[in-house]
This record gives sequence, C-alpha cells and structure tokens, in this order.
Amino acid sequence: MPRLKLELLDNDLVNQIISEGIALLESPGIRVHNREALELLANAGAKVDFQAQIACIPESITRQALKTAPHEFTLFDLKGDPAVHYFGDKIHFDPGSGGLTIIDSQTERPRLPVTSDLIKFVKLVEALPQVDAQSTAFICSDVVPEIGDLYRLYLALIYMNKPIITGAFRKDTWLPMKEMLSAVAGGDQALASKPTAVFDVCPSPPLLWSETTCQNLIDCARFSIPAQLISMPLAGATAPVTLAGAVVQHTAECLSGVVIHQLTKEGAPIVWGGSPAIFDMREGSTPMGAVETWMISSAYVQVGKALGLPTHAYTGMSDGKIIDAQCGLESMGGNFVAALSGANIISGCGMLDLESCLSYEKLVIDAEMIGMVKRFVTGIEVRDNPIALSLMQKSGHKGNFLSLPHTRKWYREEQYLPSEVIDRASFEGWKSRGEKSTFERARERAEKLIAAYQPTKITGELRQELRAITLRAAETFGMQSLPPLPKGE
Amino acid sequence: MANELFQKMAQSIIDGDSEVAVELAEQAIAQGIDPLEAISNGFVTGVNKVGEAFSVGDVFLPELVMAGDAMKSALATLEPELKKLGSAREILGRVVLATVEGDIHEIGKTLVGSMLGASGFEVYDLGVDQPAEKIIGKALEVNADIIGMSALLTTTMVRQREVIEELDKEGLRPRIKVMIGGAPITRDWFEKIKADGYSEDAVGAVKIAKGMVGKADQ
Ligand code: B12
Repeated sequence: MPRLKLELLDNDLVNQIISEGIALLESPGIRVHNREALELLANAGAKVDFQAQIACIPESITRQALKTAPHEFTLFDLKGDPAVHYFGDKIHFDPGSGGLTIIDSQTERPRLPVTSDLIKFVKLVEALPQVDAQSTAFICSDVVPEIGDLYRLYLALIYMNKPIITGAFRKDTWLPMKEMLSAVAGGDQALASKPTAVFDVCPSPPLLWSETTCQNLIDCARFSIPAQLISMPLAGATAPVTLAGAVVQHTAECLSGVVIHQLTKEGAPIVWGGSPAIFDMREGSTPMGAVETWMISSAYVQVGKALGLPTHAYTGMSDGKIIDAQCGLESMGGNFVAALSGANIISGCGMLDLESCLSYEKLVIDAEMIGMVKRFVTGIEVRDNPIALSLMQKSGHKGNFLSLPHTRKWYREEQYLPSEVIDRASFEGWKSRGEKSTFERARERAEKLIAAYQPTKITGELRQELRAITLRAAETFGMQSLPPLPKGE
Repeated sequence: MANELFQKMAQSIIDGDSEVAVELAEQAIAQGIDPLEAISNGFVTGVNKVGEAFSVGDVFLPELVMAGDAMKSALATLEPELKKLGSAREILGRVVLATVEGDIHEIGKTLVGSMLGASGFEVYDLGVDQPAEKIIGKALEVNADIIGMSALLTTTMVRQREVIEELDKEGLRPRIKVMIGGAPITRDWFEKIKADGYSEDAVGAVKIAKGMVGKADQ
C-alpha cells in the first residue's frame, strides 16, 4: 500500500530549519527564568548568564540531547492496556484542553462550566471510539480558580479509562497532579513504566522558558512522565511572520526544551508538539483554524520526524463561536492536514472559539470527522489478487453485489460507517426523522452516549485518596469542601 | 513652509517610520515651530488617519502598531522642548498596565497599551508577571489615573481581585480606577471583584479608559 504522506518541506529546507534552530540556541541563546534549569545547562557546558537568565547552548549539547531522547513511547489506559503509541506515522486524537467555557446544549451559547459538565464530557470521550485519549478539557467554575487545573484531572481520573493529556497552570499544582496519577497507577515506578498521562508544557515565544512551565518540564523528566512541548510561535506577533520563520523559532524553542528535559533525565519521554498560529492582523487574535496555522503545524511535525521524535499537533479546532459551517470546515481541514503529516497525537476535537471553548455537540461531530480521517489515512488496500478480475468475471454483468459473500466479507473494513450524526438518508427520510440539523442530531447522540456510560472499576478507596489530595490543595486556597459528585457512580 | 512639514510629519506616522518622524521633530525644533502645534497639526493628524483606515479595514495591526511607535518616538523628541517652554502636551490620563503575577501572557496587554498610547494616554507598561505591590507602587509613583490588569489564566485572574482589595484598603479608590481584561474575564467576574471597567478588546479598552477620565467620545 502506498503510504499517504504530506510533506510541505523538501529535505534541504528541513535541514536548514534545523541548523537555524540550533544556531539560535547558540546566539542569542534561550531565556530561562528558572534557576534549576540554568544550573543544569551551565553544568553541561552551556554559556549561562545567570544575571540576564540567558543560556547559549552549543550545538554539541543539543545533538547529545537528541541522541538520548526516545523515538517512541506508549500511553496506557487505566486498565493497563496500551492505548496511544507515539511512534512513526501513527495517529491518535484527543479533545482540546484548558477551555474556559462550554457551549450550553440548550441555548447554544457559551457559559461557564461546572463540575457536572466536566463529568459529562469525560463520559462522552469514553464513549466515542474515534477519540483515543482524554484531555483535561475545561476549567470548572464551581471551585476556587487556583485549583482549576488539578481539579479537572481529579474528575477525569474518577470517570475515565483512556489515557489523558493534561497540564499544570502553576508550579505548585504539578505535584498534587502527579500524586493523583501515581495513586491510580500504584506508585511512581508503576506510573513511569506504564504512563497514563502526558503533561503539556509551553515555552513562551520568542525563546523563553517561564519559571512555571520550565519547572513542569523538569518535574516531568524527573519522574519519567511524558512531557509534550507546546511551542506556539504566533507568526507576526511573537514570531517571524513568514511561515518558514515561525517553524525555525518553533524548532529552537522545542530543541531547548528537549535539552533541558534530557539534561534532567536522559531517556525520559518527550514529544515534539505545538500550538502555533498566525496572528490575525485585523482582529489581533490567534486563529487556530487558519490554513497557515495548519501549514506551520504540518511543517514542524516534519521537522520533529526528521529529528526522530514523537510528534503532536493542535489542529482539530475552529475559531467559530457556534457549531456552524465554519466550525466544520476548519476542524476538518486541520484534522486532515495533521493526520496526513503523521502527527502521533492530534489535539483539538470538541474545541472552538480560539482555543477557549468546548462543546459536547462539536465533540460528537468531530468524532465522525476523525472516523473519516482515520479511514482516509488507512488508504486503499488490495484485498484480493487480482483485485477484481476474478470476481467480476464470475459475476459478469449482473451487478448484484449486495448479495455476494465478497461484499459481506469486506464492507465493514472498506467503509467507515458513521453514526446518525452524519445524515445520508433520502430527503423524505430526513423529513420523517424530524428535519433535524447536525447540531440537533449531535445533541441527541451526546445525551444517549452519556446516559449509557458504564462506571470504571475505580475503587472507593482510590476515590477517597484522590479526593483527599484535591481537598488538601483546595484548603490551601481557602476552599473547605469540594462540590459533591453524583451518587451511585 | 510649516504646512509642508506638518504634512510630512503626518506621512511619517502613516508610514510608521520612527526615524523620519524623529528627524522631522528635530527640524521643527530647529525652525522654532511650537512643538504643541507640531504634535496636533502634524503627527496627530497621521495617527488619526491610520486609526480611521484601521476602523474601515484598509490597514491592519502592523500599520497601527508601527504608527503608534513612530508617534512615541516623535513625542520623546519633542518632550524636552515642551518642558523648556513650560508647556505640556495634553494627555488624556496616565495608565499603569501589567499582566498579573504568575501569568506571562503579554500580547493582549501590549496591544491594549499601544492603542491607549496612540489615543493620547500616557502608558506605563510594566510587563508580565507583576505582583500587586509593584503595580500599585508604580501607580502611586506616576500618579496614575488608571490601573489596567490583564490575566489570561483562570488560576491568575484572582490576582486582579488582590490588587483591588489592596487599593481599597489603602483608600486609593476611586482616585485610581481599575480596568481589567483577558480571555477568562467575564462581566460576572468584573462585577464580583468590583472593578471599574472591563473590556474584551483593545478598542473597548480605549473607550472605557476615556470614560474613566471623563473624556468619553461623544
Ligand atoms: C498565545 C497563548 C500563550 C502564549 C503567550 C505568549 C505571549 N508572549 O504572550 C504562551 C505559549 C506563552 C502561553 C502559555 C501558557 N498558556 Co496560553 N494561551 C495563548 C492563547 C492561544 C492566545 C492568547 C493571546 O495572546 N491572544 C491574543 C490577544 C490579543 O488576545 P487577549 O490576550 O485575549 O487580549 C485581548 C482581550 O482579552 C483584551 N485584554 C487583554 N488584556 C487586557 C487588559 C485590560 C486592562 C483590558 C481592558 C483588556 C484586555 O484586549 C486584548 C486585545 O483585543 C490563549 C487562548 C485564548 N483564546 O486566549 C491560551 C490560553 C490563555 N493559555 C492557556 C494555558 C493553560 C497556558 C499555560 C498554563 C500552558 C502550560 N501548561 O504551559 C501557559 C501559561 C504559563 C503562565 N504561567 O502564564 C489556557 C488558559 C486556560 C485556563 N483555563 O486558564 C488558554 C485559554 C489556552 C487553552 N485552552 O489551554 N499561552
């Protein structure tokens, strides 16, 4: 089978981008607002100005880090089965994360989410076979804001089985998050050998590691919990406006991340990822659904692959505000481009409004999109040889393929069968089913799937432990009790 | 003669050319032209033109931001001359701007700063990750009319409340008005922490700031 592959850059260009990225780390160097990282870099032989908090990293150190960084790793689900293989051109999908709002299913407008919303969202992700991993999707407004990041992980762990892409917003919330993951896995060792979570960590464009995110990066390495570099050059605002220039900056930022990470612990798993965007010169916004945003993403994925690293892209999103045509076309384009580029994990399903809002309905629709994309990427396979000659010589001009065993044997593999969210009925059929819009069909499906959710095997003891960790964190920020969880689950 | 110079000044702003703007400002000083006139008949005309072109979609942010920068350079050149003459440029008000502690998102804040600057405010942009004492300290130092705070994270927006509480404790409000912004900032939050204004974009920020200093657009 010919491999489907999108490569926007030729080899020379990839090499030039890499060498410019490496050269940027030598001069002007990378700003690192984190003492521990600066010391690691200085000890390794980088030229570090502790006053200015700048490290100039020679090529040899960068090359060495690339040698020790693993080419692949696997994420496991909570039952202990392999679920997401970061390797080669394998693709997987997870929802957007860190959202601030959710589209209300009745008003179809965004509102602040609460605990019950996140529980529903996690259940829905479990129910959608096209979606490979959970994400800590949005922030619940019914807990103190300071624990927003860890509270979403707490809820997810109680209802999920799939592995999860998460991230800390502060230095001091990373540890309780790690404690929760460790409790579920059965200790730090178990978590390291069968990781169930990936932490997103963002360098700040251009060429800066903030104190917080750098600490998150170091902490992940130390415990061998996979870290996912989310470099986000914003072309024209915090990065060169040329797409190739933005990819150079992405390369430099990610390389610096790989160096700090591997200096902390050689061989710890790390992902070459990002969430770049062009800067919209009219609105001053960061459109995640722009065609150029896809192009930057596809190109950096190609660079990551050339360096032999697992890759991530954040492209399955739209900047639309409601679930409409823009929402569909942007998400489809982004998902296709990232999949054809072979990004190992593609984030963003269910997300809209400039990476800030999630929707149950969009998630359900996007799942169909992902089903189609996955089908496309599998390509056209030769099932018989000769392909159709014998079959058609036998069947002649009859055209009764519906009744052939051959059809029955292959149709499920040849065709992706979408759910009722995708309408393929006759006009009369559509009418008789209530003339429903995509949104309405998606809403019904979401409700059905959520209602059919089956609880995981998590023990009462473990639930208690997770709640205790979360409550301890809440108490430090003046919140004495957590919102109750629905009974009987 | 002066008219021609004024036209060139306006053009330098439209071109976003700081170097030329500074040169023209120096020429004006050498020729003994009233700096206030150079500003209002020359440079400001340029700023207004760019502003209008932006609002109808003929030019975009790069032109707008570069015009603001050129304006700033021209003003910096004329400022000493103004002082010498004992006159002062009329400013709409002083704004201390920062992204709150623990938060390093800066693009929105900086954009708000350039728009305020281009609209006639004197802006002190402290940068990102700024603790309450620094923000309030600066506001007192420059006798600010407005404190503007940006927060992009749900975990850091609480810092906006801390600053407001501190200001209240010190009895500095309503003398200093507080406006807030950033992706997670909602009307609810704005009301809850009793800020004086909030906006979801830079154009709105200018409107609010003007209202706060009693110079609302008619
Ligand atoms: C770019 C970006 C970054 C860049 C910032 C680069 C830089 N130099 O500023 C980088 C990569 C550094 C970054 C880092 C992180 N980010 Co970020 N980031 C964004 C993103 C995509 C766009 C923000 C932006 O610049 N928009 C463009 C500007 C122009 O818009 P704006 O900031 O909203 O400003 C406008 C208005 O809000 C208003 N305004 C803004 N400030 C003010 C102030 C006043 C006074 C007024 C009146 C108005 C006003 O006017 C502005 C102009 O129109 C947002 C998504 C989003 N939609 O907001 C996520 C987002 C804010 N980030 C997020 C997260 C989680 C992070 C990290 C914690 C990730 C991590 N785990 O490492 C770190 C934060 C580290 C830290 N301690 O701060 C989350 C927040 C989630 C939450 N619930 O709180 C978001 C929503 C994305 C997501 N879904 O995950 N991020």
